[in-house]
Amino acid sequence: MRKIWDIHGGVHPNENKTQSLGEPIVLSAIPPYLYVPLSQHIGAPAQPIVKIGDNVLKGQTIASANAAISVPVHAPSSGIIFAIENKSVPHPSGIDDMCIVIKTDGLDQWRERNTNKDFSQLSGDELLSIIRNAGIAGMGGAGFPTAIKLKGKNNKPIDTLIINGTECEPYITADHSLMLENADDIAMGLAILAKIIKPKTILFGIEDNKMDAVNGIEVALEKIDFSAYSDHAIDVEVVSFPTKYPSGGEKQLIQILTGKQVPSHGLPADIGIVCHNIGTAVAIQDAVCLDHPLISRVTTVTGEAVSQPRNYHVLIGTPVSFLLEQSQYRADVSNRLIMGGPMMGFALNDASVPIIKTSNCVLAPTETELPSPPPAQACIRCGMCAEACPASLLPQQLYWFSQGKELEKLEQHNIADCIECGACSYVCPSNIPLVQYYRASKTDIKQREVDHHNAELAKRRFDTRQDRLLRLEQEKIAAKEARQTARKNSNKTDKHVSLTSTASNDSAASSKSTEDRDATIKAAIKRAQEKKSASAATNEDPVARAQAKREAQLEQDQADPEAKLTRAVENAQQRLEKLHIKFSEAKKNNDKNITIIETGLEKAQAKLISSQQALDDHQKISFTNDKA
Amino acid sequence: MALMRVTSPHAHNRQTTGQVMQLVLLATLPGVLALTFAFGWGTLVNILLAVIFAIALEASALKLRKRPIKFYLNDYTAIVTAVLLAIALPPYSSWWIILVGIFFSIIVAKQLYGGLGYNPFNPAMVGYVALLISFPVAMTSWPAPIYLTPDELSIPNPINALLIALTIIEQPIIDGFTMATPLDLVRQNDALMIEDLINEYPQFGRWSGYGWEWVNLGFLVGGIFLLQRKIFTWHTPVSMLLAILIMSALFYDGGSSASAGSPLFHLLGGATMFGAWFIATDPVSSAASNKGRVIYGAGIGLLTFIIRKWGNYPDAVAFAVLLMNFSAPLIDHYTQTKPYGHNTQKKS
Repeated sequence: MRKIWDIHGGVHPNENKTQSLGEPIVLSAIPPYLYVPLSQHIGAPAQPIVKIGDNVLKGQTIASANAAISVPVHAPSSGIIFAIENKSVPHPSGIDDMCIVIKTDGLDQWRERNTNKDFSQLSGDELLSIIRNAGIAGMGGAGFPTAIKLKGKNNKPIDTLIINGTECEPYITADHSLMLENADDIAMGLAILAKIIKPKTILFGIEDNKMDAVNGIEVALEKIDFSAYSDHAIDVEVVSFPTKYPSGGEKQLIQILTGKQVPSHGLPADIGIVCHNIGTAVAIQDAVCLDHPLISRVTTVTGEAVSQPRNYHVLIGTPVSFLLEQSQYRADVSNRLIMGGPMMGFALNDASVPIIKTSNCVLAPTETELPSPPPAQACIRCGMCAEACPASLLPQQLYWFSQGKELEKLEQHNIADCIECGACSYVCPSNIPLVQYYRASKTDIKQREVDHHNAELAKRRFDTRQDRLLRLEQEKIAAKEARQTARKNSNKTDKHVSLTSTASNDSAASSKSTEDRDATIKAAIKRAQEKKSASAATNEDPVARAQAKREAQLEQDQADPEAKLTRAVENAQQRLEKLHIKFSEAKKNNDKNITIIETGLEKAQAKLISSQQALDDHQKISFTNDKA
Repeated sequence: MALMRVTSPHAHNRQTTGQVMQLVLLATLPGVLALTFAFGWGTLVNILLAVIFAIALEASALKLRKRPIKFYLNDYTAIVTAVLLAIALPPYSSWWIILVGIFFSIIVAKQLYGGLGYNPFNPAMVGYVALLISFPVAMTSWPAPIYLTPDELSIPNPINALLIALTIIEQPIIDGFTMATPLDLVRQNDALMIEDLINEYPQFGRWSGYGWEWVNLGFLVGGIFLLQRKIFTWHTPVSMLLAILIMSALFYDGGSSASAGSPLFHLLGGATMFGAWFIATDPVSSAASNKGRVIYGAGIGLLTFIIRKWGNYPDAVAFAVLLMNFSAPLIDHYTQTKPYGHNTQKKS
């Protein structure tokens, strides 16, 4: 037996899991319309590749992943594209987001599939691309693209793969029923994961309130020789541990199973661990072995306001209301609809929102079951929250600082380490919605960072503009001086020429005078430039100075790529300005090089536009990076 | 029914602040019973008057502050403060003493700071200290234990006890109705060995003051009940008692005339147990983290002993608690918990 570690804090809410385990998983009907959001995962939304009116088959890609962190979206059933528009989606803030609406034809006709693949013949990269193309994102709740998580980082080898079958949230039994009914699929998904990751140890963590699942999984795992998928032996162990909320949090589960803690602001990969949900394992199995993209999932429908609490195999995009009808939802006694569990789930604005890849539960409680929160009383700093906090924070202090919007203090007290599990609010005798305060404060901190960054950008932009205006002014003066000197000189030569021209013939004289004038203009410009550079380079050696300047520039560039881009824009502007002057001069003088100068001018303009673009892009990227 | 928009968590365990406070009240019972057995009905009269005054003052303060009165009275904290102050006062205190004490507790220490949760000092102890400084004679006249009272008939019955408190009838001025407390005797003693002192004065019992032993044991039982119900953690009371134990052991010196009394004398004497389990554990004014609570409790124990031995007041828990209330924010600043994931960060 493996040593089980304890986590700090935790609570024991009523489990309420038996209600929805009464019958096996039911296949939900196909709704008349499917609302498939483009953003069901962490990262950039998928881009639609279908048009309104297109016929789509079940499993066909309808939106592709064009960004680095994104996953594609597939048609959950066959039908025609009815609309691509903003619809209400399951989100804590109740916002609308882009959805592809499919009018189903009821035929549920599959696209062509390449089934019965033997995955052991495929390489890790091939498997990863299958997983990515199947649109799989973590099904435990966060929805991070699975392929990216699996790819990991080269410098961080993974030696432990943890499969999360904890399901510590009350009421939810989606994972539990999946473990009971699809243990072999889970085992096969695990084998695929083992082939990709090649860990030394696989730990399958299940809470001890699901011993039937523990036994089933143990039997299923024994059938597979995991070491065959790797060049080294793989230890596989199913570990059951005492039921306590929130044992199923990724960080908490890692501590329970290994005794290690994920570094603050770090990832499990930093300590050689990766965690996957069992729903994800099944989705991987379906994608690799059956060529079945992620278009359905198991969702628990429970609560006293539904007469038939149970689990459904439900198509992504099915409206919650359609699902509730199948369980005989009684709207008159339901006081709220929760997507997710009672501890971390969010209340829905209306029942028209669709089931998405991360929807593990729809909870419809009655008022007696989950009463409305009473008004909050004063915090008496009793410390029950600190005893319950799985992250060992001091929630009462965080609450105090949140009220005063003391953001620095909040950061000092590590509000970033709060996992928003709700254990503190659960035990609070004064009914204070603590987690809500922390969410608001986290947003305040993020907003402050964004504001700070924007202010910095604006300041830099302003400074650069001031510099540029100043330089343009100086150049104008210099150019004016140069013209004046040139005119003075040319007057002199003209006189000289007119004196000599009397002795020679007119045409020769005139041509010579043109040549002379050109030469003197050039000479004047050169002198002016020399004068300018001399005045710029005070007393030092101009060459050394230029070198030093260049070096400084290089250093600066490495430190700040944005400055480099800004300078490129400025250079392009300067060149354009100079060419403009040259061009107008050439025009005045009817120079034969005018066409050459003109093309140069066009090129300079293009260069300016492209460098401006590059700068904008860079700013956008760094902005989004900072935001992330 | 319209769908409700509330944030997670949706589930809640049903314990409320009012229930916590009721448990605290329940836990004072053994100590209060012991006090009543030892000193007569005076303690119960104290409690009755204090609770009435506290509710009245709390309600009027809430009304002035335009707060919902019933909602805040339902948290029972005013009653807890009143009971704790009433226990600390000498039995048979006059009504105006109680009223002044409650005024300082409820109005000055609590409502003027913004009500429950915003008071930096323990309200009951603020009231007690205000009284001790203002009316030192009345506050230090503890009645003698019933069993030492020479004339059994002079022990007031409940009605007389109430009338005494309302100053309608005079306190019986029988010699021996009030007596120096054991703590006083030990502090003022500089001639007798401790053993002789105990033999000389009848106020001493087996280990500590007569009657006081049982009072302290009563509060110990109540405290352990609250600990078992997880109303507070062990850190503050245990570290406070340990600090008193260690200090009194260091300065016992075998019981010479300069001795401060035995460790058991201190642990079971005066307000030690009451202070440890009911006063120092007041969460609002104490340190937040468990490590902080150990420091906070030890500080109270240390100061209690120092004031008992070298100070001018007969008991010291109230002053020690207030002084440590001052330092609670400082302690909090230096004793933040180490959250998940911060141990590993240093190593890697």
